[in-house]
Amino acid sequence: MTEVLSEQVGSGSRSGALLEVDNLHVEFHTRAGVAKAVNGVTYSVDAGETLAVLGESGSGKSVTAQTIMGILDMPPGKITGGEIRFRGVDLLKLPEDQRRKIRGEGISMVFQDALSALNPVFPVGWQIAEMFRMHRGTSRAEAKKKAIELMDRVRIPAAKDRVNDFPHQFSGGMRQRIMIAMAIALDPEILIADEPTTALDVTVQAQIMELLAELQRESNMGLILITHDLGVVADVADKIAVMYGGRIVEHAEVHDLYKNPAHPYSKGLLESIPRVDHKGQELYAIKGMPPNLLEMPSGCAFHPRCPYRRETCETDVPPLYTISGTRGSACHYWREVIDEGQR
Amino acid sequence: MKASAESILEVRDLVKHFPLTQGIIVKRQIGAIKAVDGVSFDLHRGETLGIVGESGCGKSTLAKLLMALERPTSGSVRIHGKDITKAKGAELKRMRRNIQMVMQDPYTSLNPRMTVGDIVGEPFEIHPDVAPKGDRRRRVQELLEVVGLNPDHINRYPHQFSGGQRQRIGIARGLALQPEIIICDEPVSALDVSIQAQVMNLLERLQNEFGLSYIFIAHDLSVVRHISDRVAVMYLGKIVELGTDSEIYDSPTHPYTQALLSAVPVPDPEGRETRQRIILQGDPPSPANPPSGCHFRTRCWKAQDICAQQVPVLERRPGSDHPSACHFAEVRDVVNAQ
Ligand SMILES: Nc1ncnc2c1ncn2[C@@H]1O[C@H](COP(=O)(O)OP(=O)(O)OP(=O)(O)O)[C@@H](O)[C@H]1O
Ligand SMILES: Nc1ncnc2c1ncn2[C@@H]1O[C@H](COP(=O)(O)OP(=O)(O)O)[C@@H](O)[C@H]1O
Ligand code: SF4
Ligand code: SF4
Ligand SMILES: [Mg+2]
Ligand SMILES: [Mg+2]
Repeated sequence: MTEVLSEQVGSGSRSGALLEVDNLHVEFHTRAGVAKAVNGVTYSVDAGETLAVLGESGSGKSVTAQTIMGILDMPPGKITGGEIRFRGVDLLKLPEDQRRKIRGEGISMVFQDALSALNPVFPVGWQIAEMFRMHRGTSRAEAKKKAIELMDRVRIPAAKDRVNDFPHQFSGGMRQRIMIAMAIALDPEILIADEPTTALDVTVQAQIMELLAELQRESNMGLILITHDLGVVADVADKIAVMYGGRIVEHAEVHDLYKNPAHPYSKGLLESIPRVDHKGQELYAIKGMPPNLLEMPSGCAFHPRCPYRRETCETDVPPLYTISGTRGSACHYWREVIDEGQR
Repeated sequence: MKASAESILEVRDLVKHFPLTQGIIVKRQIGAIKAVDGVSFDLHRGETLGIVGESGCGKSTLAKLLMALERPTSGSVRIHGKDITKAKGAELKRMRRNIQMVMQDPYTSLNPRMTVGDIVGEPFEIHPDVAPKGDRRRRVQELLEVVGLNPDHINRYPHQFSGGQRQRIGIARGLALQPEIIICDEPVSALDVSIQAQVMNLLERLQNEFGLSYIFIAHDLSVVRHISDRVAVMYLGKIVELGTDSEIYDSPTHPYTQALLSAVPVPDPEGRETRQRIILQGDPPSPANPPSGCHFRTRCWKAQDICAQQVPVLERRPGSDHPSACHFAEVRDVVNAQ
């Protein structure tokens, strides 16, 4: 974090984590109706920590991330409640020029689809260098030198020779490295990686995850890793937030959640994945489909699919019950779920 | 259902080279993309053969060759002893009835203007002798029921269904002509975890019910292990290792298989600090210009001089009982040894 930034965004006065998302609500106004994409998301991440945000497509992971970054399309998007505190300051209340400063220098993001996130008509080195020119006013020659250094740092072979190449001349894995180079260019304190490996082969995924872990070790960044892959989460996360229907339904330290999930949805997910290390029998399958955001089920949004459902679930929205200092579950019957352990 | 030893599909030395051309007015061939480069295997009745490998290694091209949607450069694909690559006209049409395909992308593989009934019943239009016209609606409704869809939804359109349901529609269509072989090209990779399990269970149930044989193509090695009896590992157009699920997953001998398996994250954080990983450097080389000798040698940590000179054939090697295309094949358990 640069000094300029620390002045703008207070320092020292905070008591919570480096970044805290607190009861965030976001809706989309579309012709078909109002889609409540984010319905009270709360999570936090500290320096050096890795938070995995896990959830099926449409559960609101990316919309939450876009809101943190301040790049949500408004309209159709609309933030209807909550705070996003970075170093104790609510970003949602900051004027755009200050937010722009934080984007890149305080918090930055790597997108799922590197090809469409990069500009096809500019050389990759130019795009990385642009970060320095825009934010730091660095000279052309100096910025290009820094771009090459960064390409080296994300392990692009022969970076010097490739700095003038265009995005389509790189493989998917290399493009994702370039995206990562741009994201870490200004030494952010928080990096949000939105499904950074979903489109990649496992061998390339392993390379990218290793790179992210190394960069994190070097700079002590806080990492928010958005994914639907339970294997990747088990590998790298310190803690997990599980999303369903725009809410956090369970949050826990990684070991606790895998050993003993406290929400029927997390538990169902763990039981429904095939494993490479043993053959296994018929898979457990969570029945039904993810909820339609335009017609969210009453009460607990998971109730139409939940094997633990009782009558109250259809009417009463479960709050995020506190199980321990590090753990919570949005299920009325979390005790029962925990007691049963994994099937 | 137990797979029998009877081969219903025999693939021999299958090759597909796409010409690589230059020039706009006068096209000159300057090389070839070796998408499939000498592939042989058998598929047994009632069995699932999984095919894994990185993007671009030739899996989908292989699938298209088996379906006779592409003509091979050379080699043969025999179904019950008859070569589909040589079949024409009425005979080809009859042979195709027996081998059907379920595609990767449930979002783009279904025609948005056709009703579900039309989509699932379309094979009957092409093969009218299978179901007489008056009987078709009932047959389609039966098929919808078999794959767990509501038969009353026969007049709906694809966009009214979720991804998992659309994949079921694709499966129902694949079943319409009662084929013996179904080729599934990444049938669950576009689906969410909770829906993947539903579709995989459905495929297994249908296999038991109808005695189907599957070729199951996927890049997710956990999914492939779950569903397959045997697994073929592909790299740059060639099968580099072939064996039963436990031969491949518990005692792989080819360095590429070992690297691939070791890259799969295990969904259990216990012991992750000490887990050993083989991390391959770089990307696979272009199939237009594969390395000499062993295609994998540019990324292989065991490569010796011989690897650049001699193509390792897929055969049983000392110390292991399943075929591997590596001069230095050696069992190494990368999945459980952690
Ligand atoms: N019609 C074509 N003309 C030229 N090249 C082709 C054609 N079809 C495929 N290829 C090339 O052949 C190679 C193998 O492609 P294929 O689609 O079979 O890969 P795949 O293993 O199915 O990959 P993925 O996992 O990404 O689906 C690739 O290099 C591809 O670009
Ligand atoms: N620009 C938009 N307009 C309307 N709806 C949107 C928009 N962006 C996202 N949504 C909806 O918000 C919900 C959550 O989306 P998203 O956060 O992208 O999910 P994911 O968890 O897969 O990242 C989805 O139902 C999506 O369709
Ligand atoms: S609150 Fe009820 S429906 Fe919701 S997860 Fe818990 S038991 Fe299931
Ligand atoms: S033949 Fe040589 S290069 Fe190829 S996999 Fe074996 S050791 Fe590696
Ligand atoms: Mg997303
Ligand atoms: Mg393919």
